Amino acid sequence: MIDLIVFLVAAAICLVGAVGVVVARNPVHSALMLVMTLFGIAVHFVAQEAHFLAAVQVIVYAGAIVVMFLFVIMLLGVDVHTKLDLGGLKGQRVAAAAFGVVGLGVLVFLMTRVEDGITSQPAGTPIDPNTPDINQLAHSLFDQYVFAFELTSVLLIIAVIGAVILSRKPRPELEESQGGES
Amino acid sequence: MEVTEGWYLVLGALLFIIGGIGLLLRRNPLVMLMCVELMLNGVNLTFVAFSRILGDVAGQTVVFFVLVVAAAEVVVGLGIVVAIVRRSPGATADDLSVMKG
Repeated sequence: MIDLIVFLVAAAICLVGAVGVVVARNPVHSALMLVMTLFGIAVHFVAQEAHFLAAVQVIVYAGAIVVMFLFVIMLLGVDVHTKLDLGGLKGQRVAAAAFGVVGLGVLVFLMTRVEDGITSQPAGTPIDPNTPDINQLAHSLFDQYVFAFELTSVLLIIAVIGAVILSRKPRPELEESQGGES
Repeated sequence: MEVTEGWYLVLGALLFIIGGIGLLLRRNPLVMLMCVELMLNGVNLTFVAFSRILGDVAGQTVVFFVLVVAAAEVVVGLGIVVAIVRRSPGATADDLSVMKG
């Protein structure tokens, strides 16, 4: 019974937050609604016994990524009087409606068709209910998926370098003087 | 009623759909990036639910990689947004159609 209450409350938080992100006029409100959704998902992670992921979700997503969003919003300045500008490009609203209808249709189709659940057998490391999930995650991450783990470090370095180059202000007088010297 | 894992899958799919609709509807590039985050979170929820269903911890490992990719995506995306808005203040995603050759 408590499971059901937790699920329903967290799911309501998630969905209200998700709709809020889409319909909020002020980008700051969108970011705060995103925090709400992320907390709801963290609650779902706890309910599914992925405790470490729940902590990471709150720290990384709600703590770092949303703060970065808010930082950029404040940096660029908030235009409070913006309308809810929807679908400027031709056919964009139609595409959104089609995406929603098709997605919901597929969802309902799957819900009606799949009755006996997923029965295939796992291929990777089975979950041991006696050891904490963080230990199992570490073994999976550093044994089986260590190559992908190393690749993510490369990805992060590329992203950081790209962000630095993108957001650097061009200084024409410096470049000109350097060009003159060389 | 009992909460089965299928409920989590349905919620993840709903989050993905809402994020996709928002991505297509909104024109503010920052809000579009947030909608991408919504879609990624729907997928994360699905991965964790499948990890529980199949009894395989690999699903939770994949969520880690999704987190890393989301962080990298946000860093680069916000860098691009800052660069665009610095050049033409108040730009929306549609204004980038001037880049069409």
